[in-house]
Amino acid sequence: MAQAGKRKARKGSAEAKDIIVLDQVSKSYSTGAPALNGVSIKIRRGEFVFIVGDSGSGKSTLIKLLLRELVPTSGSVWVNGEDVARLKHRKIPKFRRNLGIVFQDFRLLKDRNVYENVAFAQRIVQVPNREIKKNVPAILSTVGLAGKYKAKPKQLSGGEQQRVALARALINKPAILLADEPTGNLDPKNSWEIMKLLEEINEKGTTVLVVTHNREIVNAMKKRVVTMKKGVIVSDEKEGGYIDED
Amino acid sequence: MRISTFFYTIKQGFVNIVRNKWFSLASIATISACLFLFGIFYAILVNFQHIVKTAEEGVSVTVFFDEELSDDKIRAIGEQIQKRVEVRDVKFISDDEAWDEFKAEYLGEYGDAGFTENPLEGSNSYEIYLNDVTMQSALVTWLESVDGVRQVNRSEITANALGGINVLIGYVSLGIIFILLAVSVFLISNTVMIGISVRKEEINIMKYIGATDFFVRSPFVIEGILIGLLGSIVPLVSIYYIYTNVIVYIGERFQILSGLLNFLPVEEIYATLLPVSVGIGVGIGFLGSIVTVRKHLKV
Repeated sequence: MAQAGKRKARKGSAEAKDIIVLDQVSKSYSTGAPALNGVSIKIRRGEFVFIVGDSGSGKSTLIKLLLRELVPTSGSVWVNGEDVARLKHRKIPKFRRNLGIVFQDFRLLKDRNVYENVAFAQRIVQVPNREIKKNVPAILSTVGLAGKYKAKPKQLSGGEQQRVALARALINKPAILLADEPTGNLDPKNSWEIMKLLEEINEKGTTVLVVTHNREIVNAMKKRVVTMKKGVIVSDEKEGGYIDED
Repeated sequence: MRISTFFYTIKQGFVNIVRNKWFSLASIATISACLFLFGIFYAILVNFQHIVKTAEEGVSVTVFFDEELSDDKIRAIGEQIQKRVEVRDVKFISDDEAWDEFKAEYLGEYGDAGFTENPLEGSNSYEIYLNDVTMQSALVTWLESVDGVRQVNRSEITANALGGINVLIGYVSLGIIFILLAVSVFLISNTVMIGISVRKEEINIMKYIGATDFFVRSPFVIEGILIGLLGSIVPLVSIYYIYTNVIVYIGERFQILSGLLNFLPVEEIYATLLPVSVGIGVGIGFLGSIVTVRKHLKV
């Protein structure tokens, strides 16, 4: 009873200001050292946060925990007021609809055109067709791809594909946008354009969490930077920069 | 579910088939090959059984009585015979009918061949047809023990041979059905494995952006059912064409065997083959798609 009350109170507090809360989160796989080891972090609604760190630092595990692809070995993960570890399998889809997700490799449906890739996210939440016909062109013009709605992913450049992925992530107006190495496959010009779009999205109120290796962008954007190393947070700076490995 | 979502799901099932045309063709070909073998074997099996059954129906046991036995007693024995479980039909043949039959069959234009009286007098008999030829021995043993029975004529060799053929066909059919099932499972699991590698990424993406299991699964299930349906139509049409032509060919080419080779009409074969093949095809398509998708829904 007391525990339920505590849970409700935390949920209430999370809804009020902290949209992501990790409390002493550890994650171990069957072999090797833990991927995350006692990580605690709070991200406020509307924040823009970079998560940086080298390979093996635990960034990908963190994203997977936020997406509820994994559950923590210990500790708790709260996202948008939901205790992620306690989510039942059938509730995961609804939970994920509040998270826009963008991957390094874009993950577009290769055999569908730009329009269908973006519309697909709306079909999942059963938006009527007439609304989809209005919403998709609108979001495509926001990301600068209004003229390419008929193109298949392989007919687009890397930057354009990432814009399609971004449009798909945003069309259902998620509270949080998770971007896992969004510029990893892009040239500097396209990388900056994508980051500019992410900043604009953040200015409209969406919480943006970007996992990246891109030192230049992190240093230039003057956002909150959380640095991870070997599964722990080694630095969390309000207007931080990329910390080089020793 | 919204109506637009329902129609979208149905449409996606059709679109998926066209989109993955090589995978779809491979799946249709696999199911077709299995059902084609099944259909051919089924047609051969039921025709064998039909031919054997027709032959069995001709097998009869004939019972003759003591010459002085009264008509009433013969009638009473006839009623007893009729009640036996082995007996399908009993036909009484009087000595006059037997003589007429003999004359018609063997004497022909010689008429009564100089006989002024019926030489077969006192040879009243029953011709007994059996439900199952393997029961003949039991019936004959009983008949021989009945008071007033003079002689029992039986066709033991034929009965044993036909009974043996039926048992053999039963074993062979079980064996072939087992082999066909094993081959089908192997071919279909291979096709499903290909399907998994093609669809893995697509299913993952759908799950990441919040699709429910039902939403992800439905188009695949529609696709699987359609593939199963197409996979069953192809062999059904082929077998129909082959069967009708083959029975005409055998009828013309082997006229001498026309009395023995009594084939079933194609409509009778299809009364069972059509629903069973469509059921198996759709079932395989349905289960195949469920299994393929289920493995990736835990993202």
